[in-house]
Amino acid sequence: MKKVRTADDSILTDEFLRQLINVGEVDILVGLPTHNNAKTIAPIVATIQAGLLTYFPRDRAAIINADGGSQDGTPELVLNAAIDDLRRRSNVSALRTMHVISTQYASSPTRGDALRSILAAGELLRAKACVIVSPESTQIKTDWLTKLLRPVYAEEVDLVLPTYSRHKFDGILLTNLLYPMTRALYGLRIREPYALDFAFSGPLGSQFLAQNAWQDETARAGSETYFTLNSIAGHARICQSFLGTREHVERRSSDLIPALRQTVGALFSSLGPHMTLWSAATGSQPVPTIGPEREFTLEPLRVNRKRLREMFSTGVAELESVFQTILSTSTLEELRRIARLEEGVFRYPAELWVKTIYEFAVAYHKAVISRDHILQALAPLFRGRALTFLVENRNGPAETVENNIEALCLEFERGKPYLLALWNGRE
Amino acid sequence: MREMIVDELTQAMHGISRGFAHFLPRLIVLVIIGFVGWVVAYALKLALRSILRLLKFDKLSENAGASQLLSKAGLPSATEVLIQFAFGVAWLGFILLGVSVLGVFGLQEQIGRFFLFLPRLFVALFILFVGLLAASFFSRAALLAAVNSNLPSPRLLGIAIRSIIIVFVLSMVFEELGVADQTMLLAFGIAFGALMLGLALAFGIGGQDLARQFLEKRFVREKEDEGRKDELSPL
Repeated sequence: MKKVRTADDSILTDEFLRQLINVGEVDILVGLPTHNNAKTIAPIVATIQAGLLTYFPRDRAAIINADGGSQDGTPELVLNAAIDDLRRRSNVSALRTMHVISTQYASSPTRGDALRSILAAGELLRAKACVIVSPESTQIKTDWLTKLLRPVYAEEVDLVLPTYSRHKFDGILLTNLLYPMTRALYGLRIREPYALDFAFSGPLGSQFLAQNAWQDETARAGSETYFTLNSIAGHARICQSFLGTREHVERRSSDLIPALRQTVGALFSSLGPHMTLWSAATGSQPVPTIGPEREFTLEPLRVNRKRLREMFSTGVAELESVFQTILSTSTLEELRRIARLEEGVFRYPAELWVKTIYEFAVAYHKAVISRDHILQALAPLFRGRALTFLVENRNGPAETVENNIEALCLEFERGKPYLLALWNGRE
Repeated sequence: MREMIVDELTQAMHGISRGFAHFLPRLIVLVIIGFVGWVVAYALKLALRSILRLLKFDKLSENAGASQLLSKAGLPSATEVLIQFAFGVAWLGFILLGVSVLGVFGLQEQIGRFFLFLPRLFVALFILFVGLLAASFFSRAALLAAVNSNLPSPRLLGIAIRSIIIVFVLSMVFEELGVADQTMLLAFGIAFGALMLGLALAFGIGGQDLARQFLEKRFVREKEDEGRKDELSPL
């Protein structure tokens, strides 16, 4: 394995720094964090290049690939992605050189370190606008770049977050926790607080780079969520842009814990530093959105409801000693009651879910036990809530799904005084 | 004859008076050292209480499971126990220092031994506390991992890990204290070996079917998972 050498006063490797110096300055920087994405990366890079040629032919652009130690030749694929065919075929050409640079920021992947490398490169290249593209975004279209970059490039906003057309059961953690809680806390209706494809201005990137949270493990794991929350706290101008379809990504059940760390961990961690902001916010406001705020696809999806139900009940029974340190007696008693319900009548009500989450958030803040253990303990309860969401929206059209999410959001907003009371030790 | 008796008595009285005159200042020194010791120990108690409050020691001991043990034994909180212990040891130390001034034959050596034992006692207590903390942390980590992986009997796994760590910690504590260290080491080796052998036998011979079922279930499930992956995409 290659050893990563870093410059004394920089997080960038010497070689990477040399390449960046050769580039000079750019207008647009495209960041591509990767780790073993050989299967999908080549068409994504080709689409990015096509997007830059089509929509930003007069601008200086660089694609920066921050790789977390891929073993499948991902960086080589990024570097070798040729645009000559595209130029011939589409009859478009860049008036300026398009640079493609790949760097290995570490021997193992950390999202925060990847983002940090890209932000540092953006600052060094004095990029006016930066866009991060996920290596999992296989449905990327050339117009994604203009949809994300144009508002920033025109200096109208500082941060552009995506919205997608997704399956109604995709991103259940977002729809049932991250979106409603962020909305209730900060008063902004941001549909994808955990964004994998997003754009931001150079100054906002530099501002985030300068903050001191990079040594914090939670912040590094959930850097994208942190970026959004810090932008909200810094009163950055935010808008959303509808990108189109985001395909259902099949994941293993073991992916839930890292997902909780990347999103809920970052959200809970932000509560302490931003207390004055969220405690004062009331209600919620829509965020300017280019295109529809959200679309749902409704095709049938195979779901093992029995397994979800079983993992919820087992979790409630087996983790009782852990829950006793996190939850109030009444909440725990209610969870015990619903864990005993038959599958046909099982329901994890919104108000109980909100109460549970707020109690978890305060327990996380007070670190009643290891914070990572608190997040892990949330996993079985989330499965119970996911099951209820699946059952409630099984046969429902997109409007019903949207209405149910809206009702949950309002429940989170109504429950905010309870969170404040818990936070201040009045409950 | 009478004069002789009177002389002897007078001499004895003089001897007692001299002895008492010789002993009284030392006794006064003992009382003074005892009093100063009480003041110092009390100041230490107050300082320690503030430090432990700042460190949220009660929460730490609750996490370590020490509070539950104390509660079951009808003892006060961990902070209070530690404060009283420190107060007692500090005061006793001063009193023993005062007693050594009395010059009682044979007592000096015992007092010296007591002071030599104190560092080991503190190290043993530290090992016990950190060990309980580690046992609690790792058993909870195992419990959570088992629940989230849908493994059978997660609580049993947690208890087993906690027990193994506690047994290990106790053997270290006894070794540090020098209390039957060889016996404890031997007992730990036998208990640990027996536990592992028992598990191996139970799983390999007694639970052949269970082992087969478990492995089949595990691999079949992994295959199923591979094909189906997870039905939910949380993000």
